[in-house]
Amino acid sequence: MARLIPFLARTKGSADGKPIGVTDVLAYGYLVLGMLIILVPILWTFATSLKPERQIDNFDTRLLPLSQIEREIPGEGVRPIYRTRDAEGRNVEVFKTGPTRAMTEVAPVDDPAAMFEVPRRDLRPAEEIRIATENYLDPLLKRNGQDTFNFPTYLFNSVFVTVMATLITLLINAMAAFALSKYRFRGRLTFTILIVATLLIPSSIILVSLFFVVWSFGIFGSLWGVIIPAAATPTGVFLLRQYMLTIPDELLEAARMDAASEWRIFWRIVLPLSLPALSVLAILSVIWRWNDFLWPLIVLISDPAKHTLQIGLTTFSGEFDSDFNYILAMTIVSLLPVTLVFVWLQRFITTGIATTGLK
Amino acid sequence: MTATPALQLGDIRKSFGEVTVIHGVDLEIAEGEFVVFVGPSGCGKSTLLRLIAGLDDPTSGDILIQGRRVNAVSESERGLAMVFQSYALYPHMTVRQNLSFGLENMRMPRADITARVDGAAELLQIGMLLDRRPGQLSGGQRQRVAIGRAIVREPVIFLFDEPLSNLDAELRLQMRVEISNLHDQLGNTMIYVTHDQVEAMTMADRIVVLRGGRIEQVGRPLDIYNTPANRFVAGFIGAPQMNFLAGTLADGALTLECGLTRPMHAEGHQGPVTLGIRPESIDVDLDGKGDLTVKVRNYEQLGAITYIYCAFPNDETLTVQLSRQIPLRRGQEIGVTFKAADFHLFGGDDEHALTITEMT
Repeated sequence: MARLIPFLARTKGSADGKPIGVTDVLAYGYLVLGMLIILVPILWTFATSLKPERQIDNFDTRLLPLSQIEREIPGEGVRPIYRTRDAEGRNVEVFKTGPTRAMTEVAPVDDPAAMFEVPRRDLRPAEEIRIATENYLDPLLKRNGQDTFNFPTYLFNSVFVTVMATLITLLINAMAAFALSKYRFRGRLTFTILIVATLLIPSSIILVSLFFVVWSFGIFGSLWGVIIPAAATPTGVFLLRQYMLTIPDELLEAARMDAASEWRIFWRIVLPLSLPALSVLAILSVIWRWNDFLWPLIVLISDPAKHTLQIGLTTFSGEFDSDFNYILAMTIVSLLPVTLVFVWLQRFITTGIATTGLK
Repeated sequence: MTATPALQLGDIRKSFGEVTVIHGVDLEIAEGEFVVFVGPSGCGKSTLLRLIAGLDDPTSGDILIQGRRVNAVSESERGLAMVFQSYALYPHMTVRQNLSFGLENMRMPRADITARVDGAAELLQIGMLLDRRPGQLSGGQRQRVAIGRAIVREPVIFLFDEPLSNLDAELRLQMRVEISNLHDQLGNTMIYVTHDQVEAMTMADRIVVLRGGRIEQVGRPLDIYNTPANRFVAGFIGAPQMNFLAGTLADGALTLECGLTRPMHAEGHQGPVTLGIRPESIDVDLDGKGDLTVKVRNYEQLGAITYIYCAFPNDETLTVQLSRQIPLRRGQEIGVTFKAADFHLFGGDDEHALTITEMT
């Protein structure tokens, strides 16, 4: 923390001794703007996920999780409490004794018999800050009838799909990139361009044909049906190829003189030296696979035991009614693992770059 | 009966597409020889080394290592080791891992690997660096590690591709001596590529001078120095460069454009020739006595050696190397005397060396 503040407060520094220059202001302005664009939706989701269901359903846009106080009134049961002024202008807590009209009948909480009338507009709900932990605990602990959201299963499925797909993606893409960057063969550039060109085809266009392919391979409805079609990504091949082009050919030649097989060169020389690019691709792949919704929905919809977290979130959204409090809370929960992976991999990127200083 | 040569090249040719870079090279290298390929940039010396190593395939011709044709043998099975110009150390491995990588690939037992690596480390005095990574080493240390990686393989032939070109002058001198010592200690065949003729002269048992993908001359360093086969070799080997003076050979006399005339016969050759004379074969006289007088343009006094850069009245230049100190100033006129015994004569379209048969 002691090192974090000087780091965050760095300026460009200038010869004339002015602590903050125009470029500093612009740079920090740009960075703050970028940070807000990224953080505001997440923070809003988090803040909203702490609100009680009623506040969310009322489209109450205040940030704090406020809920109306309810009290047990003798002889009346539990009633919502309002604040208003009585005839003498004192602040009193009241509850409604009749239906809400322009002039509503209310009674003070301390003295339920002393009814009086106030204009409806003068009634303010008595609110308290209450973090709605039930948004999180109900689905996770299967309380209050929320027994459809099977968090451990969904988490396992999501992690399994993400980890396996990322590993396969890294392996396949690295192999393709190795061949495209380090071997000379006819059509090398053509293949590269063809692979990159597939980026131009939106995935929804090939959805139906992909469905038939997955169906005919017999992996429809299984997690592998989600993992395998997404394993080879043009972005990954291109990213790794461009990086591997920077590995000097002399290193590979030295390894060949050292009697290393091509397989060993790939594992012992090329892969370790591509670690920074592999980390980037790993992060991208984790994000893609974790957030993937449409394709897993198509493949896995029929079997709830195979649902991933992202499909699981749809259980809260029904045809007529959506439990946004649960959706938002579980969205936050589903964000946590991928965030942790990010933090962990980021360390790898920096060390990766540091150790690749080839001369 | 002669021993099988370590390496035989038979009419090696190499083309990259339309461009031919090696035009038929024949060469035999004996077991234990230190051979240096030398030539200007683009002469094909590195290409030739890569063909021997197996990193490239020749377009035609035969490569025989210890009598076995290896054209179709992969680089790893030729039993060679190469030291690259950029060292090509694996940056993500420690020095020990760099050295043992090749041995691991050959599935050598752990204990043997350790013994060989320690042996090589001791020989090259890099024992204390074994746990470091290449990025943490100085240029000279990287060079040693690169050589060490070749040594542990115990190769039939060592290949060096301009290994000293990335070092500073002082270190280069030191490593030159060390590589020569290493050759004495190990006794392996070594092929060394360089564009620096000083390295070639100081290290080689035999020098192969290359130009434009052809061998210009093969021979021991002093033989090449003393009897260059043509003007190119004469100019390339030796520093400072040999002086070349244009002239004509006719009717038993050599007439140089700078004014000198000498009676001379050379294999009956007539017509334009070039006289070559090394800077150290010229003596000077401060009083202007001698074969010719020249004007001093510049000079370098190094103490033991004095270089004088002079010009003839017709603007041809002459470099003189004296092994003594003399008082000089620019613009001074001095007399020069040529040692006739050290004349080299080049003539013909290819400017080959002519044998001076008679000088009266």
